[in-house]
Amino acid sequence: MATLDIKDMEVVYEHPVSLVDDNTHYCPGCTHGVAHRLVAEVIDEMGIIDKTIGVASVGCSVFAYNYFDFDFVEAPHGRAPAMATGVKRVRPDRFVFTYQGDGDMLSIGAGEIVAAAGRGEKITVIFLNNANFGMTGGQMAPTTLPGMKTTSSPHGRDVEQAGFPIRACELLATEEGASYIVRRSLHDAKNIRKAKKAIRLAFETQARGLGFSMVELLSTCPTNWHMTPIESSIWLEKNMVAYYPLGDYKVHQTIQDLKV
Amino acid sequence: MARELWKGNDAFAEAAVRAGLQAYFGYPITPQTEALEYMSSRMPELGRVFLQAESELGAINMVYGAACAGARVMTSTSSPGTSLMMEGLSYIAATEIPIVLVDVVRGGPGLGNIAPSQGDYNQIVHGGGHGDYHPIVLAPASVQESVDIVYGMFDLVEKYNAIGIVMTDGSIGQMMEPAEMPPMLETRMDFPDWAVTGGSGEDKTVLTSIYLQPEDMEKTNYRLMRRWQEIERNEVRFKEYFMDDAEIAIIGYGSAGRVALSAVRAARAEGKKVGLLRPVSLSPFPKAVIYDVAKQVDHILVVEMNSGMMLNDVILATREQANIEFYGRMGGIMPFPDEIYREIDRIYKNNPSSDVHPRDLWLDRMESIVA
Repeated sequence: MATLDIKDMEVVYEHPVSLVDDNTHYCPGCTHGVAHRLVAEVIDEMGIIDKTIGVASVGCSVFAYNYFDFDFVEAPHGRAPAMATGVKRVRPDRFVFTYQGDGDMLSIGAGEIVAAAGRGEKITVIFLNNANFGMTGGQMAPTTLPGMKTTSSPHGRDVEQAGFPIRACELLATEEGASYIVRRSLHDAKNIRKAKKAIRLAFETQARGLGFSMVELLSTCPTNWHMTPIESSIWLEKNMVAYYPLGDYKVHQTIQDLKV
Repeated sequence: MARELWKGNDAFAEAAVRAGLQAYFGYPITPQTEALEYMSSRMPELGRVFLQAESELGAINMVYGAACAGARVMTSTSSPGTSLMMEGLSYIAATEIPIVLVDVVRGGPGLGNIAPSQGDYNQIVHGGGHGDYHPIVLAPASVQESVDIVYGMFDLVEKYNAIGIVMTDGSIGQMMEPAEMPPMLETRMDFPDWAVTGGSGEDKTVLTSIYLQPEDMEKTNYRLMRRWQEIERNEVRFKEYFMDDAEIAIIGYGSAGRVALSAVRAARAEGKKVGLLRPVSLSPFPKAVIYDVAKQVDHILVVEMNSGMMLNDVILATREQANIEFYGRMGGIMPFPDEIYREIDRIYKNNPSSDVHPRDLWLDRMESIVA
């Protein structure tokens, strides 16, 4: 029987340099780990690990800086776009990105994100939308779907009482300062590959100083959705994609013409 | 450099520029807005960062970010804006990075008005944000003193990685006075080694305010408090006027202290042995000197443009070594020298002594003034 010699094999898949080789605190089946990896792969591929400053937010990803292996600051709840603005304005030659959830960015931080996009702030926002406040145990978020049960909408989100979910991409794409606004999903391999390309293009937008860029990533939260990881992915595809259509909401012409 | 006529808000802005300020973030609010406007033309002219934020929340977090990136940075605002900034100040304190805030205090609570006040004493000096921290708070009484304090504040906060707040008020911000500007310093070219600059692996820097393990948080609390003790030892500032043979001492800061000085001069002209202690550092508070003053004099009259916020700190510092009286005007009203003189005269004639809290006695006396 022929023996397998690893030395002769081509390495096609490695742990990203930009990601610490460690266990995360994320729940099994949560897509934060996937999103972290995609961002890390993009930073590796662009060779910008020593030129990047991340801004963590408040929510499950509050400890993102424990997993990314480069400089990070940790913002107050919702204020990451303002803090990133401060960093970017005094270090315009650095890549600055925020990593925010839907509670952080669309609830308490709605003012900061709208203002940063309007200013055309040359930062990148990685926005994870899992339709609930994950860290505090699954309360209703601005993104919680109509009828969706959470710990603070126990009978399902009643739009008469709690209003309707906010669509971030549609909202921010109306702003002149925004140059790259797209929505992707992390529910299967094909969509994960598309998500990675979008993250790359968002950072390319920043590299060219074209203005504000954001990638919304529809994400799962099996623990608070009370589903298995597989059920979560199926539920996401069926329900979240229906309310939050995937696609490009605004892409600067230079980025449309870019081949990566 | 010759003395020139400067408006208070423009003057402290120019002083910050000359101190090597690299970035300014702010939001319009009366009676501070001239500083923002001044920075909007002055900073870009020098190739430095100016940005008008979407709110005071935005401004303080931009300051937070820029400070984390190692820049010499400041903001300025007025009382309602300071309230909004309290969130950011608490986070900045926990992250142990230096920033400067100028608060041009106005009448409150609520929207209040745009007239001069000292109603922010409690929220600034006693740390309106959550958790254990102390900012350095200095209170100028003139345009020149605003210039000098703001100019020196950056070195001070960088020495201790602390928050520095200059507590001025609507009158000092709005008035014009002759002031001499300090020399223009170069902006610093290097960045502090604790700043985030873009680094990875062993060079990775994380600046955060979260310490999930209570033991780790307590270590940080302990470090902050030990550093605060050092600040209390080194950075107490005050001015004394006619105190050598004083039998009555007025204690007042900022504009209230300045008005009180006129009353002291009038009383001295009549041979009354009255002096003034004007705390410049409200935090650290000049406790030791106030204790000494209390031992020297029979009466202390605390004068403020609020309901007696520093009064509490004075009472603690004197340890019942003297009779304490209070006179304050609230709501954006500045006392006239005559009003303070009348208080001096009353104390001189009546030699009062009471177990009733000086604030309660003052409220009774205020009834006829307010009504």
